[in-house]
Parts: sequence; C-alpha cells; structure tokens
Amino acid sequence: MTIKTSPDTRGGDQSPASGRRRKQERRPRKGLPAWFVPYALLLPGLVIIAGLLLYPLFQMIVMSTQKVGLREIRRGTTPESVGLGNYEAILDNDLFWSALRNTVIFALFAVTLTLVAGTLVGLLIQRLGKKMSKLVIIGCMAAWAVPPVAVGVIWRWLADADAGIINWFLNLLPDGLSQALFGRSDWTAVPWLNDTLSIYTILTIAVVWQSFPFIAVSVLAGLKSIPSELYEAAKVDGSTGFRTFRKITFPLLKPVFAVLLVLSVIWDFKVFNQLFILAGGTTNRDAFNLSMYAYSEAFRSPPKMGSGAAIAVLLTLILLVVTFVYVRQIIKQEDIR
Amino acid sequence: MNPLTRRKLTTIALNTAGVVVFLAAVFPVYWMVATAFKSNNQIFTTDFIPFPTEPTLDHVERVFDKGVAGNSIWVYLKNSVIVAVVTVTIGAVFSLLAATAVARFRFKGRVPFLILLLVAQMVPAEALLIPLFLNLQRLGLYDQLFGLVVVNVGLTLPFGIWMLRTFVAAVPKELEEAAWIDGASRFTTFWKVLFPLVAPGLVATSIFSFITTWNEFIFAFTLMRESTGYTMPVAVQFFFGQRGTDWGGIMATSTLMTIPVIIFFLLVQRRMVSGLVAGAVKG
Repeated sequence: MTIKTSPDTRGGDQSPASGRRRKQERRPRKGLPAWFVPYALLLPGLVIIAGLLLYPLFQMIVMSTQKVGLREIRRGTTPESVGLGNYEAILDNDLFWSALRNTVIFALFAVTLTLVAGTLVGLLIQRLGKKMSKLVIIGCMAAWAVPPVAVGVIWRWLADADAGIINWFLNLLPDGLSQALFGRSDWTAVPWLNDTLSIYTILTIAVVWQSFPFIAVSVLAGLKSIPSELYEAAKVDGSTGFRTFRKITFPLLKPVFAVLLVLSVIWDFKVFNQLFILAGGTTNRDAFNLSMYAYSEAFRSPPKMGSGAAIAVLLTLILLVVTFVYVRQIIKQEDIR
Repeated sequence: MNPLTRRKLTTIALNTAGVVVFLAAVFPVYWMVATAFKSNNQIFTTDFIPFPTEPTLDHVERVFDKGVAGNSIWVYLKNSVIVAVVTVTIGAVFSLLAATAVARFRFKGRVPFLILLLVAQMVPAEALLIPLFLNLQRLGLYDQLFGLVVVNVGLTLPFGIWMLRTFVAAVPKELEEAAWIDGASRFTTFWKVLFPLVAPGLVATSIFSFITTWNEFIFAFTLMRESTGYTMPVAVQFFFGQRGTDWGGIMATSTLMTIPVIIFFLLVQRRMVSGLVAGAVKG
C-alpha cells in the first residue's frame, strides 16, 4: 500500500545511478572532504541534544541515588549518596502505588477511547460527502489545536459545580434515567474536581476530546491508501460493514494502528498540563499520576529532588519499553538504514 | 424498503453523525470564546446561555489593563512571542543542518542518531526538568527568558530534525549534482539549490516548533520565578491562585493564547500528520 503523504518519506540516496561517467562527477570539486561533511552538519544539533537531553538524563539517574534537598540546591554542596534508598522509600510509599494506579488506569481508558473514537470518526469522514467531510475535519482541527493548558481550563469550566454545562446537561436528563445511570437525579452544584475518580473522568473526556482528531486524520490518510477494488470485491461477495473492516481495513492499516497506539500510550502516560489545571495544582495528592508525583516531590517544599528523580527514572523506564516497540515498528516500515 | 430510500436514510444518518462530531469537537472551543465575551451575569448562572446576548469587551480590556499577577497580559504575550520566535529561529538553523546530514549522506552512526531522535520524543518532561533546573541555576540562566529558549530548543530539535529530513530527502539529488558539475561549492549548492526547495518544509517544521514552544507550560512554570518572565500558559494558570475565580478573564486569556495556535495549525496540519506517522502510513 502506498499513500501520497505530501512530503516524500523516502530516504535520500535513492536516485538511480545513471552510468559510470556521471558517478565520478557526483561531488563538488572543492571544499571539505566528503566523509567529514555529514559530521560537521550534525555537530551543532548533536551538541544540543547531548547537552539538553542525554546529559540531563544521565544526571537524573545519578541524582536518583542521592539526597538532593534544599541545602544541596542552595549552597551547591556535593549531594550525599544514598544508594537505592530513594527507590526503597518510594516503593514503600502508598502515594507511589496510587500514582502508578492512576497513571495506568487512565492510560488504559484514554488510549482505548481515543483509538475507538478516532477510528470511527476517520471511517465516518471517509464516507461523508466533500463539503461535510471538510466541515468535520475543520472541527476536529479546532479541538486538536487547543493548547493543553487551555484544554484543562476549558474543561474545568465545563465541569464547574455551579455554572458548568456538564451539571446543567445532567440536570436535563429525566430524573428516572439519571437515577438509574448515576444514582443521582439532582446535579445542582455537584463538584466534579474534588475526588480522584471524577477528576479522572473529566480528564479522560478532555484528553479523548483533544486527541481523537489526530487518530481520525491518520486513519483517514491510511484509508485513502487502500485500493477501492478491495472494497468492491468484498461487496460483491456480500461482506457487511463490520466484517469488511475486520478482514480488509484493519489488517491493511495494522502498521498505522501500531504507531498510533504506541504514540497514544506515550502521550497519555505522561499527561501533566491538563491534570495540573483540573486538579488545581499539586495540593490534591490522591489525584497524582506519576508525572505529577515526580514534579511535586522535586519542587514542592521541602524539595526532594533525589526522590523526584527516582520516580522520573521509573516513569522513563516504563516509557522506554513502549518506545522500543515504536522504534522497531518505524524502522521496519521506513528504510532509514 | 427499496434501495433508494435505504441509501437516502444512510446518507441522512451519516450526515447527522458528522454534524454531531463537528459540534462535539467545536463546542468546548466555542464555549471558551463565548464566555470571554459574556457579561458576568451571564457567566455565573446555572442557566444555559448559548450566545453572549449582552456581549462585552470588559474581560478582554481587564486582562490587558489590570492583567494577572501584577502585569498586563501584554507582558506575557510578549514573553511567549519572544521565546517562541527565538527558539524557532535557532531551531530552524540547526535542524536544517542536521536534517541535510541525515537525508543526504550515508555515514557511520546515522541509524543510531535517527533512533535517538525517536527515543527523545518519549522522555517525560519531569525527567529533564529536575536536572535542567539545577543546571540553569548553576549557569545563571534560571529566571531568564534565554534559559527558557535554550530548553525549548532542546525540546523541539529532535522532532524538527525528524520532520525536516523527509522534506530534504524529497528534493531530487540530481539538482545538486548538476550544480556541482557546474563547479559550485557545497555551500553555494546548499544555499542556492537545496535551501529554496526545502523552504516550505522548513516553514512547516518551524510552525510546529512554534506551537510546541507556545504551548509549553511546565518548564516555563518552573524556570521563571519573577512574574514579569511568565509566558501565557503560566499566566493562565495564575488566575486560579486568586480568590474567587475570574472566569471571564481566564477565558479571555485562554482565547488570546489559543487563536494563534489554531491559525498556525490549519496551515500545517497535513504535514504534521505525515511527519508523525511517517513510516507507518507509507507501508
């Protein structure tokens, strides 16, 4: 299957050689030696990535085995090593386990819902007429474009206890239905952002709302690559909608889904901004996910940067496993060799 | 049911679903903008008021005059623009160089470098935040906009290179070879042949970096102490620290923060998707 993505995604050196004589001319006559040029071009970028990414990651691992408190930060005294003490303390702390639970359960729900919603919308857009599909795509773009902090703000407002639209809407439902569904018929002044479960409910809706467009647009791009003959053949054979999806669409788009799944997991595992706004900063410890927990350990007074770093190391390790799958998938598909 | 009515019904059902999706996607954004222009009477009510029927510019004027955290919103808008523009400019130069290296040459360490770019997108911000906070303090860049720029260059560069390399690779190599045959130096070839052809891709990549930097919250929140150095997302967050939440002001500020992103977004969305799912979609 081939898709017309706007830039050609192939690697560079693929122009066919057109004979021996031209090959000799394939380099400028003066300037740097050929082997050195790529390294010279790469150097500045590599220095930046090394200085702002690799070295800090190394520092983080070192710090996770040290006690880095106010004294070490202020006076710059050499931190004392505590071995694996930070890790032991964290794994002993109930807060870590509740943060881990929040992170994993949230990711499970958010990723599933995002992928399902995004795929359905992608399939829908493909079947819509020209004008209508354009309208839906523009709507999706608007949701996708909103900055994460603004997403938090908007949903905090929608979920406001007194003036929020969510409570207004739930009050509209017939009392019997509302009672049967949620065990409550009066939604006046119900606070959504106090306890963990309802914070995460709103967070899930907010994150799904913001991330389904990316899935939809990617799935759509994939769908356009599937030759329509396949669908015609399926129709002739009397295949129905769901069966066609299961037997044709899904297998052909499997690589797309693999990457989308991994990207969604990575993004939802480290969601921070939206949660920070919805939970009202770092005061509500029950609502922490791993990112918030690491941040709050390191920066809320008294700062415990060593133990914050240890949490960050654990989070990074989890994500590294997920990324491994992603990288393998990308390398398999794209000839970056 | 005859097939014609059935087809009609399907069309109606699909279009209804389309309208529902459109409304669900757009409503929260619309609600933010609508709230920014509503009077306080219409904001703080349990009723549903779909349109600002008594439209007012009070909130917009207030966030510019009085602002939040002791400064007008102008200060934060200015900081956000400075940080984003400088980051994008520096990033464009370095990502173009690196992207050319990766797309045009085969050299030892190329594949590991590309994998590094992919892995970099996974690293959680909190992991870098702690060491970078200490490093910037040591270097005297804490609470400096330039420090924030440096961090943002590091955050946006890996994806910038990843995205830009596909644009460089798309330029036919024969064009450069032709210039070489005519005796042009590497630099002339790069500047006169490759650069103009890659420029649209560079713009798309830069807009993407601009959006990332513009939206970035946690580093700006942690690395800037004085309120005069806050960026827009930090300023928005600051509203919640006050007694009695000023929803009109928050929504006016959020709207000001969101509009540039939506505009840019519509400009690059197609390229962004192809950059992110690059390999997967190609198959």
